[in-house]
Amino acid sequence: MTIDVAVVGAGPAGLAAAARCARAGLATSLFDEQDSPGGQIYRGITEAPPARVDRLGAGYAAGREAVDAFRATTAAYVPNASVWSIRALPDATIELGVSTRASGASAAAPVTHMVRARAAILATGAQERPFPIPGWTLPGAMSVGGAQILLKTADLVPQGRVVLAGGGPLLWLAAGQLMDAGATIAALIETVPRGRMRQALTFAPAFLASRYFRHGLEFARRVRRRTRVVEFVESLAAVGVARVETLHYTSGGRSHEIAVDHLLLHQGVVPSVDLAGAAGCALRWNDVHACFEPAVDMWGGTTVASLFVTGDGAGIAGAEAAAARGALTGLAVANVLGRIDHRERDRAAAQLRRTLADAQRGRHFFDVLYRPADAFRVPTGETLACRCEEVTAQAVVDAARAGCTGPNQAKAWLRCGMGPCQGRYCALTVTELIARTRGVPPAEVGTYRHRFPVKPLTLAELASLPATPAATAAVVRD
Amino acid sequence: MFARPPDPDAPDGVPVTIDGVPFHARAGDSVAAALLAAGTIAFRTSAIGGAPRGPYCLMGTCFECLVEIDGVPNRQACTTRVAPGMRIAIQRGAARVAPAP
Repeated sequence: MTIDVAVVGAGPAGLAAAARCARAGLATSLFDEQDSPGGQIYRGITEAPPARVDRLGAGYAAGREAVDAFRATTAAYVPNASVWSIRALPDATIELGVSTRASGASAAAPVTHMVRARAAILATGAQERPFPIPGWTLPGAMSVGGAQILLKTADLVPQGRVVLAGGGPLLWLAAGQLMDAGATIAALIETVPRGRMRQALTFAPAFLASRYFRHGLEFARRVRRRTRVVEFVESLAAVGVARVETLHYTSGGRSHEIAVDHLLLHQGVVPSVDLAGAAGCALRWNDVHACFEPAVDMWGGTTVASLFVTGDGAGIAGAEAAAARGALTGLAVANVLGRIDHRERDRAAAQLRRTLADAQRGRHFFDVLYRPADAFRVPTGETLACRCEEVTAQAVVDAARAGCTGPNQAKAWLRCGMGPCQGRYCALTVTELIARTRGVPPAEVGTYRHRFPVKPLTLAELASLPATPAATAAVVRD
Repeated sequence: MFARPPDPDAPDGVPVTIDGVPFHARAGDSVAAALLAAGTIAFRTSAIGGAPRGPYCLMGTCFECLVEIDGVPNRQACTTRVAPGMRIAIQRGAARVAPAP
């Protein structure tokens, strides 16, 4: 199957990009891992009953418009689609390996096929940053984003003593949403270091006057009125036997503990770079965000021809910015594929760039304010760095001391990053642990080399692909 | 524990079993949501150390929520929706290779 444009991911960036391409007359397919559009920010928006949408607020309700605008175009929506490979072919087209699974039919084998597109746009969004503290693998400890998804898709509200810990706007937003849904938040434990607010404000004095800042303050005040907020926390440790029972924390050098039934952790989000990395796009270290992101130009163009990355997957800037970035990338692709000329592209882009600038106002303030403190990015001792293969921080440090130079060598030594999550929840941690130990910047240490398949794939799925006579001849003996 | 208001539109729900015990999930639930609604918080024990694990990201990236569904191990509970008659089982340690369906 050959199409003009393949878009991966149906969050704000992917929806906007696909809609732009389709409106320019390009045959566009949007491949989505979920079974309904919206990405994580608007997760479940098309199926949410009105009462749920009301409860989750205007930021969530905005997803309806984004999905409607996409659905009004000719772009095809392919749900339950796991894109496990992407590569640029010599003729500058892009080949994607895609498995789709019929919803609900658990035993039905996925259908696997190769898709060829004249251009591809990765809008794979973000994941929550690894937050390696002691006990973060205990049942009952869950990411804040995870708890939000349960709320958005299933109305599930955590019961008992709920404690949120970490930093970032989402921590406050989720606290408000959970309380509105009836949860009892025993405490919000914030890990933003003392003095960080002042530092952030010197970067963005103008932001003080913006509506974003006012709304943020108002929202935080509303949360503070209804729950206990502990600030400037310097360390966290979850403790329990079969599940999380207690959260230990230190503040001002003093130790405290709080009983918990649900511990919801959040330390910001980072771009999902696995597909871009595996496709050969150059990645760069963003030191303010403390993560790797694909190197992109102002349109989302990468170092690989015909392959674009847009939205939070190209660097965290939030949902509003993602929609504008997605549309900009759609224009660029329409231009590259000959549907519009430079002038038309730039004319249409002007308004989008203004929207983008407006959406990014104050972003630097948040970036500085919520850059996670070292203690919450670079763990020590027996804390698990790699959850899947159960590799401790100390093991990574010891390996680096013994001469292991980077994450790829660490895989061979320790198996970290080789479990089912394929390094998504340890890559940044392992990079920073090795960089610290070696005394070099993270950019020099690099990250795991991303490999296909970037999502697990059964041999049966692979074997179901049509084989060329040459490929068959290469492996079949007489 | 997780709780939610009753759904007046679908009081009967979707019949599944969890480790052989009948449970009524809600239509549209992910397997992870159904397990949590049923009061199950540990979905498996880890492949290396045998430690209890539960769902973490709920969006298909962390692979902590792996369970056995209709006899097939290592299925992501958070990205699979419940279906009538589905057999869900807690997974212990490293999963064996699944028999061909």
